[in-house]
Amino acid sequence: MINLYEVRETNQMIEQDNLDVRTITLGISLLDCIDADLERLNQKIYDKITRVAKDLVKTGKAIERDYGIPIVNKRISVTPIALVGEAACKTPEDYVTIARTLDRAAKEVGVNFIGGFSALVSKGMTKGEENLIRSIPEALAKTDRVCSSVNVGSTKTGINMDAVRLMGEMVVKTAEYTKEQDSLGCAKLVVFCNAPDDNPFMAGAFHGVTEADAVINVGVSGPGVVKHALTKVRGESFEVLCETIKKTAFKVTRVGQLVAQEASKRLGIPFGIVDLSLAPTPAIGDSVAEILEEIGLERCGAPGTTAALALLNDQVKKGGVMASSYVGGLSGAFIPVSEDQGMIDAVKAGALTLEKLEAMTCVCSVGLDMIAVPGDTKPSTIAGIIADEMAIGMINQKTTAVRLIPVIGKGVGEMVEFGGLLGYAPIMPVNQFSCEAFVSRKGRIPAPIHSFKN
Amino acid sequence: MKRTIITVVGKDTVGIIAKVCTYLAQNGVNILDISQTIVQGFFNMMMIVDTGNVKSFENLSHELEQIGEEIGVVIKCQNEEIFDRMHRI
Repeated sequence: MINLYEVRETNQMIEQDNLDVRTITLGISLLDCIDADLERLNQKIYDKITRVAKDLVKTGKAIERDYGIPIVNKRISVTPIALVGEAACKTPEDYVTIARTLDRAAKEVGVNFIGGFSALVSKGMTKGEENLIRSIPEALAKTDRVCSSVNVGSTKTGINMDAVRLMGEMVVKTAEYTKEQDSLGCAKLVVFCNAPDDNPFMAGAFHGVTEADAVINVGVSGPGVVKHALTKVRGESFEVLCETIKKTAFKVTRVGQLVAQEASKRLGIPFGIVDLSLAPTPAIGDSVAEILEEIGLERCGAPGTTAALALLNDQVKKGGVMASSYVGGLSGAFIPVSEDQGMIDAVKAGALTLEKLEAMTCVCSVGLDMIAVPGDTKPSTIAGIIADEMAIGMINQKTTAVRLIPVIGKGVGEMVEFGGLLGYAPIMPVNQFSCEAFVSRKGRIPAPIHSFKN
Repeated sequence: MKRTIITVVGKDTVGIIAKVCTYLAQNGVNILDISQTIVQGFFNMMMIVDTGNVKSFENLSHELEQIGEEIGVVIKCQNEEIFDRMHRI
């Protein structure tokens, strides 16, 4: 039988260490909404989302109450809209109407984000996919809750450099379209390599075409819990350190598995996966950077950071895998800058640079995330940064992503405030040397040799 | 049977257990186990109860919270499964 000590431990995690379930994300297939008539397509999309997701928020709140565990976000992901809209959308403006429909449906059912305004173009782009990509700046400027992602590379196909170049332009254009809000649109736009079909986390969530009609995916969190556990093993060996992280990750993930199964049962929608992620928030004590500091670094970014992060990421997976029947999504430690107080402090102190963050992305999920850069950064430079990050994903057979925010009108050292879970960030310097000639080359980078495993 | 864990945490005072138990008895909630300790001067109590006969878990949880506020302690009701899942394989 459960004892008082165990109950206190769980409740301390929730009340003092910010343990929560970060998101219940309901994936909805829109393939059955496809129609050549734009108006009918929009209506079908709205109807299906509001029908399938009508009880999502209510059910999430009921689970929170019954178990006493906060579920921070209830969200929706949909089939990549480039596929759904291709038959009806002849121009980028046509795709913007779908973004508005998604936004309206999200507001109707009460979710805070809806992901899937996406295109999967890792090898080539159809006309429809290119139109969707070109519609992203306007779509993100004219909606509040829509998130967009574009997969431009994979280990199996190589990197579509035409799409990378285009995304460099679109990131800057999105920043300009939302310059009144510190270029907030870019916080809702992710460029991926090896994007997973079942990721529950925004802004990169979409409901892959390999998925069923509807599915429940859950993202757990808990950097604060891991950090608290590590304060008790200061100075101990790596063995003790790793065991402590594993045990903590196990406990955190078990809660995610419980919530996922319960949500699935109550909504009558199959359970997909639990995403074992350490997802920080700007709240004090809910930081991945602080875990790295607790492991033994003066500041995140100091020499040893990549090794400490590799260790952390691996132990989180080892502990979490046994706690859940199906694991998927991104699964690992997230290292966004603006959403993590320890990262923000490290940048301000001069300990953490863009280049060090890039190195860190080699050993964790997901990529260069929520990093504010000067507003005058050239599209070709953004494309170069994207290409570097995609190459890391392609060669290492892992998911990588880029979510950069060129803040129009602001320069290095200035602060930018996004609000809420998106946090705030100091603008970081970018290498000033040009990669224009490199990213201007047409075509794609071929798939790496180790992709030929047949 | 639906097992629920009720926790009471706060400054020790006369009649905490009496108040909570009276409320539970009036609402048809059977107490299966009680354990209690003082940690760093704070009263910590845990009850395992059967809420199988309770019509609205939401009301029970809310009313116990209010009783907690009246006597200056924090009372929480949680389905036992969250603890089972976290601490048992």
